[in-house]
Amino acid sequence: MNTTLPEMPCQELVEVITDYLEGALSKRDRIRFEEHLAVCAKCREYMEQFRRTIQAVGSVREEDLDPQVRESLVAAFRGWRDG
Amino acid sequence: MSALQAGDEAAFERLVDRYHASLLRVARLYVSSHAVAEEVAQETWLGVVNGIQRFEGRSSLKTWLFRILSNIAKTRGVREGRSVPFSALSPEDEGESVDPDRFRSADSERAPRHWAIPPAIWSTEPDERLLAGETRELILRTIDTLPPNQRAAIVLRDIEGFSSEEVRNELGVGETNQRVLLHRARSKVRQALEEYLGEPE
Repeated sequence: MNTTLPEMPCQELVEVITDYLEGALSKRDRIRFEEHLAVCAKCREYMEQFRRTIQAVGSVREEDLDPQVRESLVAAFRGWRDG
Repeated sequence: MSALQAGDEAAFERLVDRYHASLLRVARLYVSSHAVAEEVAQETWLGVVNGIQRFEGRSSLKTWLFRILSNIAKTRGVREGRSVPFSALSPEDEGESVDPDRFRSADSERAPRHWAIPPAIWSTEPDERLLAGETRELILRTIDTLPPNQRAAIVLRDIEGFSSEEVRNELGVGETNQRVLLHRARSKVRQALEEYLGEPE
């Protein structure tokens, strides 16, 4: 696990989390990222919060549709079909 | 889709139920108000109805639907004098995405650029609170205050579940910029959640 690559400081890690999650880091930086995370509980906490944030943002969808709007759209569809 | 082309009303209703809220959210990236977004979404459905017979299935139904929406929404946005040049990063999209004061300085003798003010631990059952109404409101409010580029990236990617390629096509931004915008947006939402859920040391 221990390589001779320069350590990735916390301030750098927090800037590249999305790159890491998207698989966009170079192999070198991915190793630096994972090595830092392995020894830094604060960054692990940050990373965990970042993941929870993404998950939470993904759960805000609200699908309530105004019944009147819905009815008028379906009426337009009917009009096309029968028209 | 063939059910739609055959005039199956229930298939159309399912489509409306599944996508109308998404159309509204995406339209809102281009136009100034919820009312205009609603008009754009309704116009999109009329475009769908009128185009059903011409749809050849070369793209997915979802891609087709959002292409109709963007064309209408962009036209409306331009008419409102509000066209958003998503493709360029603005100054607020650059620089640090986490407050630099939270880290030791680069010339610090001990642990340079490491946490000075570490992330506050979130209260014990964040997952329950995450779904609670107040948290949801906080997330939506925070997203609303983001610069347009960043708002677009997080709405499309994390709320609507677009792939990174779909986001790039929708916004006309390159791969790197898409990630920059998304990262910035996520970082700000995390910060807002930390302030709300974090327990004081």
